Amino acid sequence: MNKVYFFFLNRDQVLRIRASSDDQIDKLQLLETLEHLQLDFWLHPSNPALPVDIRVPFGSLQAVRAFLGYHDIEYSILIEDVQVILNEEKQEMISNQRRERSNSNFNYGAYHSLDAIYKAIDDLAAEYHGLVSKLQIGESYEKRPLYVLKFSTGGPDRPAIWLDAGIHAREWVTQATALWTAQKIASEYGNDPSITSLLDTMDIFLLVVTNPDGYVYSHAKNRMWRKTRSKAAGSLCVGVDPNRNWDAGFGGPGSSDQRCSDSYHGPHANSEVEVKSIVDFIKKHGNIKAFLTIHSYSQLLMYPYGYKCTEPADYRELDTVGKAAANALTSLHGTSFKVGTICSTIYQASGGSIDWSYDFGIKYSFAFELRDTGRYGFLLPADQIIPTAEETWLGLKSIMEHVRDHPY
Amino acid sequence: MELEPSHYPAQRAAGVARACISYRRGGPNRVLTLSNVRRARLQVRGRERGPRGQAVNCTAEVLYHLGSQHSAPEVHFTVEGELGKNPDDADNKFYSRIKSLKEPLVAQNIPDSFGIVPPEMEPIRHLAFSACDYIIWQNSTENTWYNLAQIQDVRQVKRNDDYLEFDYTVLLHDFVSQEIIPWQMQVLWHPQHGVKVTQNSRQPK
Repeated sequence: MNKVYFFFLNRDQVLRIRASSDDQIDKLQLLETLEHLQLDFWLHPSNPALPVDIRVPFGSLQAVRAFLGYHDIEYSILIEDVQVILNEEKQEMISNQRRERSNSNFNYGAYHSLDAIYKAIDDLAAEYHGLVSKLQIGESYEKRPLYVLKFSTGGPDRPAIWLDAGIHAREWVTQATALWTAQKIASEYGNDPSITSLLDTMDIFLLVVTNPDGYVYSHAKNRMWRKTRSKAAGSLCVGVDPNRNWDAGFGGPGSSDQRCSDSYHGPHANSEVEVKSIVDFIKKHGNIKAFLTIHSYSQLLMYPYGYKCTEPADYRELDTVGKAAANALTSLHGTSFKVGTICSTIYQASGGSIDWSYDFGIKYSFAFELRDTGRYGFLLPADQIIPTAEETWLGLKSIMEHVRDHPY
Repeated sequence: MELEPSHYPAQRAAGVARACISYRRGGPNRVLTLSNVRRARLQVRGRERGPRGQAVNCTAEVLYHLGSQHSAPEVHFTVEGELGKNPDDADNKFYSRIKSLKEPLVAQNIPDSFGIVPPEMEPIRHLAFSACDYIIWQNSTENTWYNLAQIQDVRQVKRNDDYLEFDYTVLLHDFVSQEIIPWQMQVLWHPQHGVKVTQNSRQPK
């Protein structure tokens, strides 16, 4: 409820009424017509399956309770003292306003359209212009720009960390988490010693929306869309699974050659412009030291390999780093993560991004699968965005600190 | 053969066990979620879904039938500290509420795109979880890992007897293939008699 009142209230109450029949609904509708009571219906009486919420001015309380009692209508007190709630809400608004300087009235705890995310990215780059800049690394299939945020305190060709989210469109908590993370990194520089020392020697590149075409489609047409939106002549089905399209065991087990499949690997490796743009960027940069990709759901932290079920050469170190990161993550809200190779933890899957990055020489390659474990799955409620982002941040930070402290 | 509890073969089989056990205990307020796989052969620790969330220890044996004809995995289980089968207050309230509706209940997209479930739809959702447990159990193999992704559509079917009946179209997510599979199911429920899926069929994408 986002109601704010700017006149004095004296101990009004909000009652929640549960009508048990149509007859009782009729009675409540009658109550609605009694204007002298000055009742404020937050939920109107319509059918007995739904509750009726009424803010009752203090002066009308006795009359309303008598009416409900006389007609045997069940109710409970939802809000005992409205004034207290309003005071709290007003306080929250004031402190929100203090926290949100400049144009960032941006609500990080909500899901946003692509346009809104792109605007937030621009605003972030403007607000922290000394540290943050926006680069375009390419265009999606439907010609949407692929924007990467660069966090840098200067120096040419510094070793860098790559972070991406939203390669799969329907995993909405990941784009939301990435945006929050961008704001976090920017605001922590100069405040948090660890991030400050990291950014004094390394750069961070963050791709908030890796698959913008898919993301838009998941808003407009199909919430469960996963793939890109590339079209092929002679096929009714659209899109390629961008996380089966990398040049790592391409076309092998755990990917499909069927165009209509949600794990279709595409006609060849890097056929998807969204994937190729990242590959080209990383190759051109030449000094990326960590490749971290964010997915949902399942609560897992994984390292290579997915395309084969053998351990990578750096297995021991990656496992140690992974477990430390998972522990850091869990420490905040108790969310438990499993750690392991892709192949042993979820499935054999070919053409995945961190397998490519690892075989390319980027030792610290990790994939996160964020909340939850299936209760809401892809449809994670927005009130879990910030807790998810906060805990994930601790995991990311743990890995980034290790990368900073172990140059190679 | 002992399985590594955190690896996927144990996790998937545990999911099947959970679905089967949960369905048999059947009711919107008595769906089991999986907390932990301690030892795989399999000892599964479940937790009742919902605010009361009682922890329950289960031991289960899951047998996948291999061969060309698919048949449901066999699950042999014991549950420690089994709670009574008596319908609780919430079940009864839900039952009365739906029984007294003038028009049959119709709803779509639960949760919605933003993960929101209106409070009065929660029991409808829990009922769907319970019914889906049957479908998941019946259709699982070693290469599947099903979750209920969303209720696409639910319609109440008015009956003359004591049962409540709902026609659901749900979306199942198979984590292994990453496919979203629409599935239709006809669900009967009564606070005393539990949940029954009378009819179900996989739908085209």
